[in-house]
Amino acid sequence: MDQKEWPLWEVFIRSRNGLDHKHCGSVHATDARMALQAARNVFTRRQEGVSIWVVRGDHIVASDPDAKPEMFDPMEDKIYRHPTFYKLPDEVDYM
Amino acid sequence: MYTQAIDIPNKQQDTQAKQPLSDKEIGYQAEFDARIANGEVVEPKDWMPEAYRKTLIRQISQHAHSEIVGMLPEGNWITRAPTLKRKAILLAKVQDEGGHGLYLYAAAETLGVSRDELIEALHAGRAKYSSIFNYPTVTWADIGVIGWLVDGAAIMNQIPLCRCSYGPYARAMVRICKEESFHQRQGFDLLLTMMRGTQAQRDMVQDAVNRWWWPSLMMFGPHDSQSQHGEQSMRWGIKRISNDELRQKFIDATVPQAAVLGVTLPDARLELNEATGHYAHGEIDWDEFWNVVNGHGQCNRERLAERVQAWEDGAWVREAALAYAAKE
Repeated sequence: MDQKEWPLWEVFIRSRNGLDHKHCGSVHATDARMALQAARNVFTRRQEGVSIWVVRGDHIVASDPDAKPEMFDPMEDKIYRHPTFYKLPDEVDYM
Repeated sequence: MYTQAIDIPNKQQDTQAKQPLSDKEIGYQAEFDARIANGEVVEPKDWMPEAYRKTLIRQISQHAHSEIVGMLPEGNWITRAPTLKRKAILLAKVQDEGGHGLYLYAAAETLGVSRDELIEALHAGRAKYSSIFNYPTVTWADIGVIGWLVDGAAIMNQIPLCRCSYGPYARAMVRICKEESFHQRQGFDLLLTMMRGTQAQRDMVQDAVNRWWWPSLMMFGPHDSQSQHGEQSMRWGIKRISNDELRQKFIDATVPQAAVLGVTLPDARLELNEATGHYAHGEIDWDEFWNVVNGHGQCNRERLAERVQAWEDGAWVREAALAYAAKE
């Protein structure tokens, strides 16, 4: 709305080592340190994470939802990319 | 906690004239309707009808406001909690409510409205919040009853919202529902402890139950026949179960819990119907409900004044943080 609104940060949390960071929500903060602190207070009150990433919302580049057909439909008819496309004899079908 | 305000229109938002759709929009609309009918989830950047967006903004922000205003009646008791254990539990619960408000404000913001606009609407009295928070918390037993009945009703209301058609709202609700169970259980535990105490303590619990029972039932909103947004919200997959159905589920679940606790629910007509398996109940005082919704409850003015005061008192912190970030 105006300059007084704090920027939005997207929050990603690794719930435990061995797993990916996963998007879990957003917080408003004036700088990175404050965003981390807010993310910790809002999203890990019950030990939900061991690591937090915060990324300024306006630094994320997203694909256009209207461009879904040209982005993703070309893969629709390439079913030979999936292992289930190949019918093998029963003796070796575990392959 | 949750708001029945799902069914309460905001005049300013709902009376805007409808514009005719362009051909392109008619195509989008058909695609959208098909996706909803197919049980698909709508995400922030997807095309959606203006009325769907507005309904969501209204509902999610009213829900967020309820969480934030809901911190006030309970926060009142943090310094008065009888033991350190109860104080720590209540602090954690009130902090959760603040967190729930934040998840929900963020979900509303994905629809293209700013946090400041939402807060301004609350403070100006244009946006609603749950009428339940306009009742006073006069004794410690009220804190237990809020957990048991008010959060219990909230859970009943919120579980179907985890399957709502708008992705960010549904995801926020999943997170909230996980945390809400602790709220209800700590309330029941608090009441159980009091019921095992002195007669005066038991009387205090009964008195609190007498005051909170009917307002808790009102949390589910008006009768289905009076519900202004119910049908459209059902079609859009925002609402999955009707007000009256949810209310009945809550009553059926709560009556046996009251027996375990040893309290009497203040409704002489409460009786199990063996044929249906549901409890019949007395009529809700809808005049009281609309009175509170329309701003004339016991604490409406006090709650809003406290919210505005807190926001204004925090102004220097918000400005200082921005000034510091600008210097870095």
